[in-house]
Formats: sequence, structure tokens, C-alpha cells
Amino acid sequence: MKSLAELKQLREKLQQEMSARNSEGKPKIIVGMGTCGIAAGAREVLQAIINEIERRNLDVIITQTGCIGMCEKEPLVDVQLPGQARITYGKVTAKDVERIIVEHVINGNIVTDLAVARLEEGEI
Amino acid sequence: MRELSLHILDIVQNSIAAAATLIEITVIEDLAHDQLTITITDNGQGIPENMQSQLIDPFFTSRETRAVGMGLPLFAEAAQRCDGKLEIYSQVGTGTQVVARFRHSHIDRAPLGDITGTLLSLIALNTNIDFIYHHIYGTKAFILDTREIKRELDGVAINHPEVLSWLRQFIHEGLDDLFGGEE
Repeated sequence: MKSLAELKQLREKLQQEMSARNSEGKPKIIVGMGTCGIAAGAREVLQAIINEIERRNLDVIITQTGCIGMCEKEPLVDVQLPGQARITYGKVTAKDVERIIVEHVINGNIVTDLAVARLEEGEI
Repeated sequence: MRELSLHILDIVQNSIAAAATLIEITVIEDLAHDQLTITITDNGQGIPENMQSQLIDPFFTSRETRAVGMGLPLFAEAAQRCDGKLEIYSQVGTGTQVVARFRHSHIDRAPLGDITGTLLSLIALNTNIDFIYHHIYGTKAFILDTREIKRELDGVAINHPEVLSWLRQFIHEGLDDLFGGEE
């Protein structure tokens, strides 16, 4: 059974590592969490993103947005690398997550066949 | 929605939009009375009285991207088809409470589903909001309070991947224990 004592040990370990992590210039992943996104499977996609981030020990910011009016393309996941355009991926499934993370978040290449929109940095 | 836990995830988005800082989710499975009650209580900005009667009308929304809001109407319908109902209590400046009641054994009642995934999603994406989750099943109870977890973490982010992994197992084991290995 997981205990709070165990959480304390984890905290001590992470506090030591934390000083190495810097808060500026992290890639950002944004998941659409409107009713439309949730009904289309956003929760499962988000779980896959969390798993992938943990598996690869990535330092990224994950956050959410509401319905942005592209309901028919949900689940929507946006990726924004520091200083670059924000790319929206549509109809994302848990299976697509590894590709988006490896190709875009890690290697910086947009996954063009899944991308549905692009917002330049200044437009956000 | 296929699972009641997806409705919970969805309804809590309203609390988030209402700038709540503390959101309490309670699931009571009263097997003796064949009742399932889901309550979501927040300390958000509240809903003005003149809007309250329109909340379960799908063609009413406070959002500006589209003219329809499906969250509460879908949840209300899910409850109504299981001999239950949806009640909303709200006061501007105090917060809002949404109560959904279901007949536990009703054939049309959706399963609770992936509660762990719902809680992890909420916690991972909203680190500045505190969540309390109570789940009562018969005579047993499971409680998760992120305020307590954050105290233990002493500055380490609650959505650090390794903390989320710990939380996933903590919730999963807690619920397993609650159901006595049944689910």
C-alpha cells in the first residue's frame, strides 16, 4: 500500500533533482478539456502524455484549454516549443502520443499528417 | 458519456472556469438504499440566480465560442434515465454544488469507470487548485486531499511525473481496497 512516508522519500529525492530543472523555456503541451474533448477521449490522451513524459523523463509543462470551437476535431493537443509556432494536432489518439512527443517535443519536427492548425508565436 | 467519471471530469471544468480554488468531489455508493450520489462542490464565483433555471438547457451557455453547453444537460439526462435527478445549488460569491442521484442498480446507469484517470487529469492540469475526493462504498471510505499531499511535497510540483505516478498507484490501490477487490 502506498503511504505518505513513501511520498516523503520521493520528495527528498525530487528536491535534490529540482535545482537542475529550470522553469524558463520549457516545451508546452496543451490538451483540450471541453465537453467535446472529454467525450472524444481527451482523458485517455492526457494519460498517455503523462506516461510518455514519465517514461522519457521529460521536463515539459502540461496544461489545458476549454472548447476552442473545433469540436469535430477533438481530442485536440497543442505543442509549443519555446520561441516557435503553436501547432494544434487533431483527432489525437493515445497511439499518436508517442509520435508527437518523440518527433515534435523532443526532435522539433512537426508531425504534419496530424497537424490541423498553426498559430504563430505573436498571435497567442 | 460512457462513464460517470467522464461526467465528473467535465462538470469540474465548470468549477475551474468559475475560478474555484478548492473543489470537492464526493461519490457515495449507498448499497443498502440502492443509491449512487455524486456531489461536486466548489468555492468558485457562483451562478447568478437569474441564470440558474437555464443551466440544464443545452442552448444556454456562458461561454462565447459556441452557443451550446452540453455538460450539465448530459449529466442531468444521465441521472434522469436512472430514476435519479440533478440538483444545482449556487450562490454568487460562495460557490456552486452539483448533486447527481442515480439508482445504483439501474440497468442504464453508466459505470463510474476510470476515476483514477479523471483525478489524475484534474490534478496534473490544475496545480493551483486543490481537490478533495471522497468515495464511500457501503461502509468503507477512501479520501484523497491534495492539500495534504502538497504539504508533504513541500514545494515539489504535484504534477511532477514521478509524483503523478505515485498518485496513480495511491488512488488505484485505495479504490481497489474500497471495493474489496471487486472492481
